[in-house]
Amino acid sequence: MPTRDLELLPERLLKQAQRAGAQDAEVWVQESTRFVTHLRHGNVEELTEATTRSVHLRVFVEQRVGRASSSDLRSKELAALAKRAVEHAWKSHADPFAGLPEKTGAVPPSQGLDLYDPELETMTSAEKVALAREAERIGLSLDPQVKNSGGAGFSTTRGQVWLANTRGFFNGYKASSCSLSLYLLGHERGRAEQVSDYWDSVSRHRARLESPEQVARKTVERVRRHFGAKKVGTAEVPVIFEPLLAADLLSDIFGAVRGEAIYLRRSFLADQLGRKIAADGVTIVDDGLLPGGIGTRPFDREGMPSQRTLVVEKGVLRNYLCGSYSARKLKLKSTGNGTGDGEAPTNFHLAAGPHAPEAIVGSVKKGLYLTRLIGQGVNLVTGDYSRGAFGLWIEDGHFVHPVREITISSNLRAMLEGMEMVGNDLELRDQFSAPTVKIAAMTVAGT
Amino acid sequence: MSAREFFEEQHGLTPQRLERILAEALANGGDYADVYAEHRLFTSLHLEENVLKEISEAVSQGVGVRVVAGEETGYAYTNDLSLSGLLGAARTAGSVARFGPRVTQVNLSPIEVPNRFPAARPPYLGPIEDIIASIEAANESARAADPRVREVTVHWGDEWRQVVIATSEGQLAHDTTPLFVFSVSVVVEEEGNRQVGWKNLGLRAGLEIFSPDKAATLAREAVAQATTLLRAQPAPAGEMPIVLAPGTSGVLLHESVGHPLEADANRKKLSVFSGRVGEKVASELCTVIDDATQPHLRGSINMDGEGFVPTQPTVLIEKGVLRGYLQDKLSARLMKMAPTGNGRRQDYSAVPIPRMTNTFLAAGEDNPFDILRSVPRGIYCRAFSGGQVEPAVGQFTFSMHEAYLIENGNITTPVKGATLIGSGQEVLQNIVAVGHDLLLDRGAWACGKQGQSAPVGVGTPTVKIARMTVGGMR
Repeated sequence: MPTRDLELLPERLLKQAQRAGAQDAEVWVQESTRFVTHLRHGNVEELTEATTRSVHLRVFVEQRVGRASSSDLRSKELAALAKRAVEHAWKSHADPFAGLPEKTGAVPPSQGLDLYDPELETMTSAEKVALAREAERIGLSLDPQVKNSGGAGFSTTRGQVWLANTRGFFNGYKASSCSLSLYLLGHERGRAEQVSDYWDSVSRHRARLESPEQVARKTVERVRRHFGAKKVGTAEVPVIFEPLLAADLLSDIFGAVRGEAIYLRRSFLADQLGRKIAADGVTIVDDGLLPGGIGTRPFDREGMPSQRTLVVEKGVLRNYLCGSYSARKLKLKSTGNGTGDGEAPTNFHLAAGPHAPEAIVGSVKKGLYLTRLIGQGVNLVTGDYSRGAFGLWIEDGHFVHPVREITISSNLRAMLEGMEMVGNDLELRDQFSAPTVKIAAMTVAGT
Repeated sequence: MSAREFFEEQHGLTPQRLERILAEALANGGDYADVYAEHRLFTSLHLEENVLKEISEAVSQGVGVRVVAGEETGYAYTNDLSLSGLLGAARTAGSVARFGPRVTQVNLSPIEVPNRFPAARPPYLGPIEDIIASIEAANESARAADPRVREVTVHWGDEWRQVVIATSEGQLAHDTTPLFVFSVSVVVEEEGNRQVGWKNLGLRAGLEIFSPDKAATLAREAVAQATTLLRAQPAPAGEMPIVLAPGTSGVLLHESVGHPLEADANRKKLSVFSGRVGEKVASELCTVIDDATQPHLRGSINMDGEGFVPTQPTVLIEKGVLRGYLQDKLSARLMKMAPTGNGRRQDYSAVPIPRMTNTFLAAGEDNPFDILRSVPRGIYCRAFSGGQVEPAVGQFTFSMHEAYLIENGNITTPVKGATLIGSGQEVLQNIVAVGHDLLLDRGAWACGKQGQSAPVGVGTPTVKIARMTVGGMR
């Protein structure tokens, strides 16, 4: 099926759904072209290319919801799909809150959002492989103790989506992304185990990716930071999250401000709207309109226009992030974060603060600068937080040695309240982004 | 309809057509090629707030063509199962090979694939009303179990997967596998203290082995876990002895042994176990096994994602000595070792990589009661929620969801969830007692590696670890 025929699919499927008895219906169609290469020590290990298509149908009958999706786009399959979605709806329970968004509103033109890079259409496989190869080559040349590679990768995704519903919404957009990544290992003389770390650069545009040399230098720097690691004793100390790890923390906070987590009372931030939940320096924003942002799109999965939502303002919880369903449940407005069965972030970030990262480190008498987190260990219902960690030990404002085999623990509520310094080094690099953050006190468990 | 009938009748994927696609894939040369076509039908039902909010189904259908030339893999996939779609994918995958034809003609012959998961009542055939009855039974029994229950979420998901694999070595394999997951999660609340408890069941079986009674039992167990956590105190912090309850604690083996013994990591010297077959790497009480052949277990498979049929358990560690790796075809060929049937793939869009199936610590000889009695102060871990390992560094974590203090050999106060961290090699040496009560967990475990998710099984008897770092608060 040519791409131009895909554009006609939504209307056809909506009609089929209505003929099958749907009172309301929504169709999402997507086409995606993906390229991945992965190489190691200069040799290509994997080269994958593919184009995939799928349709996703949601129907409503008497406040009941049914859903069916398929990657088998043959006509007879699609006709059967609409029928089965309606059958499923009849068997589910009536839910007074179910339904399409009442009004979708004006969608911003996708051109202004800078989502698509046509250069990725013409870039050859050889050029893509060369970027990854160059990053790895430079990475392995910078330090005699960093000589093993877990591989370098380059990938691109280009695609197009269309969304239509029986209330008259029909729109679509093209989007692309690419990433260059490197994973290296270091081996110190006299030690059995290796150390490892990783860096990647992600962008919607090829021209805005970090260069192979930048990726290589950052990766090597991250690997070297682990050399000479020791265990430390258990203590309660200030903990600094570098931007990448602060972004990881933001993903937990997103999980706790999602509308679904709130109405199900599966969040430590339920019933806290309008309350002070974090230190004064904490402002958190979800910005679906950020030009070129990885999480940017003109409208959400239900057709609600993207917007910029202030989630936390100077420590006060201002908004939960909602789709149309959670908005109805919570008597709030959709924030354009709907996925049809929950909420997704756009560009969810902690706003930059006034402090230089060096000054944040300099302010710590005795404490930990985190360089890596592993494992789960976050309970969003209670806010309890306990993760495996690697880091750098700080004494009198200076790094003294790396640490390994430790955990950090606290409660997310206490961590938000304890965010006493926020860095000025925010870079909006991914769906979750943050500057350097210092948390006043956490338990570091070691020996 | 059998997988063979399905692919031949619905999509024309006859042996002759598959041979033609393999020949096209190898037209530029290459050592090996395979075609993997798959049709998966998913059904899911979701209840929350007493309302069955949604019933949905999804069809995921596609084909992947792979060409291996030396260490290089070319891969292409598509949803288009027509001849032109397949030939296009074959040409794209074949573009990695540059050294002229080595295979000119492929003659496929069918191989015997066992059925370890007979399903008398395939879930996708329903009746869906039976599934709804179990979901409602779980909801009602959770709410009736304790007045402090505030919210109950029940989820059912099933998958019916049909696969055909054809390889340039001449194997033609068809496979059908069922899978279902049932999960209950409850929120309890008392004076502002909110806690969550959950239980799930994941098996490769039909509806005949599930019932409203079983659903209700799981729901009551989830409530009991949540109400126990209402009494939980902050976990201690620092190094102390750990006793693992049988079952879910097998996550420890999955992280500390399983991942570091995947052949790709070892071949690339990205594991602490690289080049150490024959060495003593764990306490002699440790025998670790990966077993794909267990009937109905979630981690089991009839054949792997390369058409290899595992017929026996793979012994990874025997009485503390490293015996072997989890192999796929590529690593086995490059390491000159035998494949073990662990070349799994998430779906048609993913290349096979070495993965675990059901990984567990074999039963020992200690009495579980004596093991507890031997601990003056430590932690007893009853349920885990997951873990992660960095195979090259050997550090791993796993996260307790339900745990207790051990005081003078007795299980006492429940403690809040916390993460345990250790170095895999030290922890394996520090296993000082292994019970005779091996339990293979039936929970819905999923393992993530290189962006691919795979259903797996974990298991262990009662185990005592002399010391591990506990990530508590005091």
